[in-house]
Amino acid sequence: MSTTEVTLALAVFLASAVETVEALTIVLATGATRGWRSALEGSAAGVVLLSVLVGVVGVPLVRYVPIATLRVVIGALLLVLGLSWLRKAILRASGHRAPHDEDRIYADTVSRLDDPSGPSQGLASRRDALAFVISFKAVLLEGMEVVLIVLSLGASAHRLGLAAASAAAAVIIIGTAGALVARQLSAIPENVMKMAVGIMLTSFGLFWVAEGMGLRWPGSDLAVPVLIAGFVGVTGLAVAWMRSLVRPAPPGVAAALAEREGAVR
Amino acid sequence: MRYVQRAAVAFGRFWWDFLIGDTPELFVGTLLVVGAAALLRHDRLAGLTVVVLLTVVFLLASTYRGRASAARGAADGNGAGQV
Repeated sequence: MSTTEVTLALAVFLASAVETVEALTIVLATGATRGWRSALEGSAAGVVLLSVLVGVVGVPLVRYVPIATLRVVIGALLLVLGLSWLRKAILRASGHRAPHDEDRIYADTVSRLDDPSGPSQGLASRRDALAFVISFKAVLLEGMEVVLIVLSLGASAHRLGLAAASAAAAVIIIGTAGALVARQLSAIPENVMKMAVGIMLTSFGLFWVAEGMGLRWPGSDLAVPVLIAGFVGVTGLAVAWMRSLVRPAPPGVAAALAEREGAVR
Repeated sequence: MRYVQRAAVAFGRFWWDFLIGDTPELFVGTLLVVGAAALLRHDRLAGLTVVVLLTVVFLLASTYRGRASAARGAADGNGAGQV
């Protein structure tokens, strides 16, 4: 495998791992509260739909769209997505934004679903439409970004199979590990993974936008790891800079911020 | 018909949130990067330098803006300025 292919596989794997953790938190909370059968069926339905999307959209993209056009459009999409993930990760790493708290999301989901006045108490062993829909939506919404990343990276490099296999590996490994450790998902260093993915997506996006426009990078594919190294440096400096701007908030404001972050995520 | 309409709205909302959402400056920055690459495609050194610098500048500017809006939202004690 070339350097680009290894980096591509790693980027897709990490992005899929991050999204799998987020979806899994909701699926586990739903399964524990409303019963596993419907929660797992909803998750499986979501995964099947996402896989179909990759095949239906990805294969024509690779076969029929000119590679230069594909690289500019998809490079731009990757750039938007990568910069957005990177920005969020920098804000979290520098203390301007609360980290993603899987324990809190789990507890919130359980408390919402575990309402004693709810209509479906006692349905844990039967089919439960609410559990199915919640799990399905969680997998579909979190997985949509993964589909975009698989399609973007896979189609631009003409390695759709490799990208899809990396995503599937991440879902299987993280899904299995997550199910085994159940409520220990918060131990996964999600922000570091998100930062790494943001750096890789930004680097790939920039690389392909320029290539698609006819600007050849020195060293060809070797420019990708160089760009990644460059963005690692920029990210480190940005985190240090943003940390220097942190001011201790008054007690009331700090409480409001913590409350709001919990509500947002 | 109603189902199609709802699906179209949801599809449009997904792309709006995905591309623009609360960081329109990143979308604008990406358009500028693409535009700069197109304009400077005959001058390799200048083209590559400008697209890299533009990307870094927009990342830092957007992160700084995110910090400001987070602080503003917290001070208001409401959902304004969410990052």
